[in-house]
Amino acid sequence: MSKTSGSSASGTTPKMKGDKVKVFYGEKQALQDVDLEIKPNEVTALIGPSGCGKSTFLRCLNRMNDVIDICRVEGKITLDNEDIYSSDLDPVQLRARVGMVFQKPNPFPKSIYDNIAYGPRIHGTASSKAEIDEIVETSLTKAGLWEEVKDRLMEPGTGLSGGQQQRLCIARAIAVNPEVILMDEPCSALDPIATAKIEELIDELRENFTIVIVTHSMQQAARVSQRTAFFHLGELVEVGDTEQIFTNPTDSRTQGYITGRFG
Amino acid sequence: MTDAIMNSKPDTAEIRRPSPGGERLKKRYAAERRFRLYGLCSILAAGLMLVFLVGSIVGTGWSAFLQTYVKLSITFDAEYLDPAGTGDPAQLQNADYGGLMKKNLRDNFPEVTGRSDKRKLYNFVSPNAGYVLRDMVIADPALVGKTLDLWVKASDDIDMLTKGYVDRTEAEDNRRVSNAELAWYDKLDNADRVETRFNTDFFVNADSREPEEAGILGAVTGSLLTLLITLLLSFPVGVMAAIYLEEFAPKNRWTDLIEVNINNLAAVPSIVFGLLGLAMFLNFFGFPRSAPLVGGMVLALMTLPTIIIAARSALKAVPPSIREAALGLGASPLQVVTHHVLPLAMPGILTGTIIGMAQALGETAPLLMIGMIAFIVDIPGGFTDPATVLPVQIYLWADSPERAFVERTSAAIMVLLAFLIFMNFVAVLLRRKFERRW
Amino acid sequence: MNSFFLLLVVIGLSVAGYAAGRARSVLAASGDVRILHSLPSYYGMFVALGCGLPAILLLALWLIIQPQIVEHMVMAGLDPSIMPQNADEYSLMLTDIRNLASGNAVSREASPAIMAAMERYQSLQSVGFWTMGAAVVCIALLGLVWARSQVSRSFRARNVVENIIRVLLIVCSMIAILTTVGIVLSLIFESLRFFARVPFFEFLFGIHWSPQTAIRAEQVGASGSFGAVPLFAGTMLITLIAMLVAGPIGLLSAIYMAEYANPKFRAIAKPMLEILAGIPTVVYGFFAALTVAPLIRGWGESIGLDVASESALAAGVVMGIMIIPFVSSLSDDVINSVPQSLRDGSYGLGATKSETIRHVIIPAALPGIVGAFLLAVSRAIGETMIVVMAAGLAANLTANPLEAVTTVTVQIVTLLVGDQEFDSAKTLAAFALGLVLFFVTLGLNVIALRVVRKYREKYD
Ligand SMILES: Nc1ncnc2c1ncn2[C@@H]1O[C@H](COP(=O)(O)OP(=O)(O)O)[C@@H](O)[C@H]1O
Ligand SMILES: [Mg+2]
Repeated sequence: MSKTSGSSASGTTPKMKGDKVKVFYGEKQALQDVDLEIKPNEVTALIGPSGCGKSTFLRCLNRMNDVIDICRVEGKITLDNEDIYSSDLDPVQLRARVGMVFQKPNPFPKSIYDNIAYGPRIHGTASSKAEIDEIVETSLTKAGLWEEVKDRLMEPGTGLSGGQQQRLCIARAIAVNPEVILMDEPCSALDPIATAKIEELIDELRENFTIVIVTHSMQQAARVSQRTAFFHLGELVEVGDTEQIFTNPTDSRTQGYITGRFG
Repeated sequence: MTDAIMNSKPDTAEIRRPSPGGERLKKRYAAERRFRLYGLCSILAAGLMLVFLVGSIVGTGWSAFLQTYVKLSITFDAEYLDPAGTGDPAQLQNADYGGLMKKNLRDNFPEVTGRSDKRKLYNFVSPNAGYVLRDMVIADPALVGKTLDLWVKASDDIDMLTKGYVDRTEAEDNRRVSNAELAWYDKLDNADRVETRFNTDFFVNADSREPEEAGILGAVTGSLLTLLITLLLSFPVGVMAAIYLEEFAPKNRWTDLIEVNINNLAAVPSIVFGLLGLAMFLNFFGFPRSAPLVGGMVLALMTLPTIIIAARSALKAVPPSIREAALGLGASPLQVVTHHVLPLAMPGILTGTIIGMAQALGETAPLLMIGMIAFIVDIPGGFTDPATVLPVQIYLWADSPERAFVERTSAAIMVLLAFLIFMNFVAVLLRRKFERRW
Repeated sequence: MNSFFLLLVVIGLSVAGYAAGRARSVLAASGDVRILHSLPSYYGMFVALGCGLPAILLLALWLIIQPQIVEHMVMAGLDPSIMPQNADEYSLMLTDIRNLASGNAVSREASPAIMAAMERYQSLQSVGFWTMGAAVVCIALLGLVWARSQVSRSFRARNVVENIIRVLLIVCSMIAILTTVGIVLSLIFESLRFFARVPFFEFLFGIHWSPQTAIRAEQVGASGSFGAVPLFAGTMLITLIAMLVAGPIGLLSAIYMAEYANPKFRAIAKPMLEILAGIPTVVYGFFAALTVAPLIRGWGESIGLDVASESALAAGVVMGIMIIPFVSSLSDDVINSVPQSLRDGSYGLGATKSETIRHVIIPAALPGIVGAFLLAVSRAIGETMIVVMAAGLAANLTANPLEAVTTVTVQIVTLLVGDQEFDSAKTLAAFALGLVLFFVTLGLNVIALRVVRKYREKYD
């Protein structure tokens, strides 16, 4: 496997960058002035107590919030220095570059094959059957699911186990070959063994993709991520190397959270 | 840039990235817009059809609310009314008013001589005009021998002429109004002796063979009597069935069967209920034909599923905590239902009932089966009198060839729709007023 | 009306019973109602039920049975010279007598013997009524007195009343079952009599339909043919046209409403579709016959096509309009129950809205949509007034939508409306058609409801 992330040449330029991001649901403000940089080919973990706005921030990164009528985003978010909320950037195109995996596995009620082929088909990245076959195999392999499902590609994706479904969803996201993959608590609906598999997978994927993961579990953040951002009540409290955040946080709120005093 | 790197890769197993922008994206967005447009067009098409339907009904029907009257000079000739000069009310009651009307028509148009022309002349005014004269004389016997200028109801053909539905340019044979009649009409019109008034008779008369005499009161009364029976039967039975199924019934095969049954009954074609009524109520039990009683029973069976389903969902919407609270205070299960659950569910149940009644009011087919299609000139006075209902009246009139019945059909439809709109309006208000969020 | 009055009397007595029972219980408690087993109102209700329930049951039973007995007595007492020879004649004569008694017109001249029977019928009726009145009032009073005598301090009035009410509730919920049983029995019973005259297979597979049998009883079944295939074909043709109109428009409207429309648009469009659904079918029928049929005929003629004045197209199109809201509201429900997570999944991959709808939502909702379409088809097959008013009577076996066809429901109405000849093959044929109609729609409904329910469970 080779690196494909086009702009990863300079290690320090951020892949994505949030600048004074504010989000409102109707009158209610869910995020206040979040400044956050996402480094390429790293796993960035977003942690914090429930309702602090982690998912909200994550959904800003590929404009999934556009789907919610009452949601309003202010501030600036860039992908490779391009403003993703500018009017000449197309959300559909953006989401092909910034893919997403959700909390609950949500395979389409189609065959495993068609689940994976869906993205390439709509984006027209593959036209012939052979090309699609290839993408399906590559993606499933990368997601570590190929061996388990290669004999039943035409069976419905909803028939898989929870962990397999989630890996199918990851494979589905990979099939579009995005630059960034957003994961919103991808393991919260899974058992420990399935969780371990996904964590392993995330670590492998880092080689080719930039990953942002929201997680509830601090152990998970510590295991898979290189950088960690701590959110609290709609604010980004602290961000830094995972090591540093977990061993030597600067903010007392972070300290409180990771030592389990609240959250 | 991405593409350049990608394409230079020899590794075929690599996945290509979608190219930013470009032709394909444009096409995808065009497809998006097209799809959206189809959806919008569909709704607009449905809307247009509604407008077209209502428009065509109102367009043909509004003129039925007006009726042409002509002013004639009427002599209450004693020779016809009371030749012996007795002043006996019985004599006045039974006098030849038809003859009197004819005589007056001849006097008003002295130029008419031929036999067939005279016959046409007699058809110039409503055949019931004589009865109007009779009522006047009986109310005031002093009229005998006097001459008055009176507004007399015109016949339907003349009425159509006034309303502009008769094409004067057409050949005489092809129109319902002959040249002679046109001449008489113009003569009156030029003397300002023609006018249209609000058609009260349409609202207070029952059916008639004469369009200008036909009204909807008989059918409306029939509808009300029928609906009353429907309501009295289906409301209590429906609510009680819903209470049993929702609050008391154990979950077993038997109640499952009832449930499936109710859902299916709700989708059985209405005409099948009519066949049931015919075979069961008329042929087997020997109930009277054409009676609101039987009509109401058939419609009650038909609306029962609607009411049960609505009542059940209203009962279901009452939160269990209320039941628990009442049970905790020592109320019996039946008290819980009658004191707490039912009152809270009542607005929902009533809404469902009104909607069911509105359906029943518009129903036609099953009533044809049990003979509520007879031509009935009397306003029904009871639940076993022969009667018809408003939708059936519409069906009957729609079948009549006279142009004047076309406008009356549309007008009757407007009345029916007014009733339905009113009922639905009440249902919506009820829902709004009592809508609760638990 | 008289029985209605009697009912009022019984209800009045029950109200009096309520007061009496209540008063008696208070008396039994010597004013301190706390020592009673139940609240005084329960004693009142007990006495009211004891008074009213048996009386009303008796009244209902009597009303059902009396006509049978009276008719039997009248017919048995007929002058031997005019005694009917067979079942057809019997019922014909009975109808005449009944009609004469209620002052309606009769089909033939009434002979003195018939007139005598009619008078006997009337007198028996009135005797029956007065006996019934006396019996019902007696039972009501007896019930009242008995129930009142039961009232005592320790009498468990509440339990008794609640048990009675519970039984009433069960009886009410049984009525739905009884209705179905009644439908099935009456359709099958009459159909069997029909199939005794016309062979079953001739009815189901015959391609010639002309039920004009002769009027007189001796000739019943002698002529006329009852091959129902043209009716089935006509029904299917009109249903097909209706679905071609309602299917796409209804489904696309539902999609637009569920996925694209903003709340303001929905607030206008939804009630509009509801209005379309609330318009009585007789109005659609009139619209089809008066406006749409001539319009289609005019268009057809302007491009040189020969269109029947009662073309299948006109009836089908208008029926389609009627069914649009049916399809759209059912599909709307179904589409709304597709979980948001599937939409998110698709948008997250960079799909546009229409791609998401076409490739994810519709396939996911497909079973539900199919169910909705099946229900709509069943609705179209059973629809009566539109076709009665706008489709023809001619049983043409054709697939040309510009020609006139007839349908099952049209034939049921034509066979049963107008001059009734009891027990002729003609009238019985209507029940056979009704039987087919009932089972076909029942089958469609059962399948559709099951599909929809399965679908609901999947995404609950
Ligand atoms: N669709 C929505 N509509 C309204 N408020 C929302 C919506 N989604 C999230 N919120 C609110 O925004 C805040 C942040 O939510 P979220 O980002 O989901 O938190 P987290 O993922 O950190 O648990 C919460 O207070 C939540 O109530
Ligand atoms: Mg979250």
